[in-house]
Amino acid sequence: MLMEGRVSSKTYQAGVKEYRKTYWTPDYVPLDTDLLAVFKVVAQAGVPREEAAAAVAAESSTGTWTTVWTDLLTDLEYYKGRAYRIEPVPGDANAFYAFIAYPIDLFEEGSVVNVLTSLVGNVFGFKAIRSLRLEDIRFPLAYVKTCGGPPNGIQMERDRLNKYGRPLLGCTIKPKLGLSAKNYGRAVYECLRGGLDFTKDDENINSQPFMRWQHRFEFVMEAVHKAEQETGERKGHYLNVTAPTPEEMYKRAEFAKSLGAPIIMHDFLTAGFTANTGLANWCRENGILLHIHRAMHAVLDRNPLHGIHFRVLTKCLRLSGGDHLHSGTVVGKLEGDREATIGWIDLMREPFVPENRTRGIFFDQDWGAMPGVMPVASGGIHVWHMPALVSIFGDDSCLQFGGGTLGHPWGNAAGAHANRVALEACVEARNQGRPVEREGREILSEAAQYSPELKIAMETWKEIKFEFDTVDKLDAGPGLRVVNA
Amino acid sequence: MSEVLAYKATERRGETFSYLPPMTPDRMRRQIAYLIAMNWNPAIEHSEPEKAGSNFWYLWKLPFFGERSVDRILSELEACHRANPGHHVRLIGFDNYTQSQGTAFIVYRAGGR
Repeated sequence: MLMEGRVSSKTYQAGVKEYRKTYWTPDYVPLDTDLLAVFKVVAQAGVPREEAAAAVAAESSTGTWTTVWTDLLTDLEYYKGRAYRIEPVPGDANAFYAFIAYPIDLFEEGSVVNVLTSLVGNVFGFKAIRSLRLEDIRFPLAYVKTCGGPPNGIQMERDRLNKYGRPLLGCTIKPKLGLSAKNYGRAVYECLRGGLDFTKDDENINSQPFMRWQHRFEFVMEAVHKAEQETGERKGHYLNVTAPTPEEMYKRAEFAKSLGAPIIMHDFLTAGFTANTGLANWCRENGILLHIHRAMHAVLDRNPLHGIHFRVLTKCLRLSGGDHLHSGTVVGKLEGDREATIGWIDLMREPFVPENRTRGIFFDQDWGAMPGVMPVASGGIHVWHMPALVSIFGDDSCLQFGGGTLGHPWGNAAGAHANRVALEACVEARNQGRPVEREGREILSEAAQYSPELKIAMETWKEIKFEFDTVDKLDAGPGLRVVNA
Repeated sequence: MSEVLAYKATERRGETFSYLPPMTPDRMRRQIAYLIAMNWNPAIEHSEPEKAGSNFWYLWKLPFFGERSVDRILSELEACHRANPGHHVRLIGFDNYTQSQGTAFIVYRAGGR
């Protein structure tokens, strides 16, 4: 039976083996325990869609380019991936969606690394495919339960930090590079005493010659503790422990803990999922919150035809572990369609996310009891964006104003104060039932009457907008109503 | 460029809504109405200011499970304040779906602001 799939094709002989007899199974009904994936495929000219979909299934699971005798020593019917559905991509005649089911036993338990090595491994360089994009993965609950997930989660973060009924407020310290440790700590202190909950190391601050990590950690934590004593509120700074080696990463994390830091930070894509999962486990054992930055994501997720969609990276991070994850802002300087962004912030926070093609979500995703990740909106946002941010993100989010705090004409503390007033005014108005986005100007103007810090911030940034078209548009199709091709 | 205004010495704050002007009775009523509309369980806590850094303040009576009356919550807040005039008093909305607090904010601040 297995050999049947290996006979040469009469219809296609371009040097690509015919995979479809083994790996194209349109009648297959996926199991609840199957890991499901959907790829956007553009095949080489002349390759039929069923053959291309089957090739993706084969090359990302059990198959290789030729039959080997050891195939016959196992039960490939049990282990193979199966292409089970094809859908058109609206507006693109060359591309199509291929749905593939993988048996759960193809993957090591608790290993996002292993899943990605299969699903986005060799297959992405496969010659018969012109381009390939992993659009979504349905992780079966049986697999979710093998992963550690966020070390603390949103509820524990709120309880630890005593923040309820509003989004959290943060700021990335600028300039990104070049400040001394003491000058950097000064910038942190001013932000926190002015009303922010958090400040943040920029992603590329690790331990450069101008500011070694120990020195930064010491001055920053003095700033955090002093601002806490003065305001009576709990504060934190995301100390970036991203490092060249895991050993060095853990050393930095231990030092942060010894200084009483409530939260540390990691770059999950440049450092890799092995490092990230290990650090998340360390954070869980040590009671430290973990903020996750996403440098390099746009390399993977911005091209609409090739790469890995951010919703997949989001799911992988929630499984690997992190308490915060950057999500984009919709309204700021960085790319992000509104409905697509709401789709992946649901995937960060909710216990169950149903299929919703209008948000680019191809599968139901059940997270079981796994804690949620707090989305972080950061990048080119300022007080005028506050009404939209509160409406889009709701309370379980962290809104980060870098230039929008530090660029205030009266300095960091005044900038922080302006943002805090704007945030609380929007939350109060929302709770009163006012349409916050539509009445944003009135809400902020009313609040500015008693806050000169907010008033001048509004004057400073009133003309700044980032209105460019989104490069990656949603094109997920209408969903299950489409029959198999 | 306008004159730079010096940011004053740091003031003590009390988390949510502590950067807005003190709540008027009407504004307070609307926040309580929101808490009730969200189906959260209202509860009142109070603390001496010097102990306010703890997670655990004194619980006033028990949470008011299922209470739908804004007036009843307001009268309990006032009763707690009268009985503990030197204390901070805060209102909480327990969210038993998230096992967290949907909101919490200080209603009476010891010594004003």
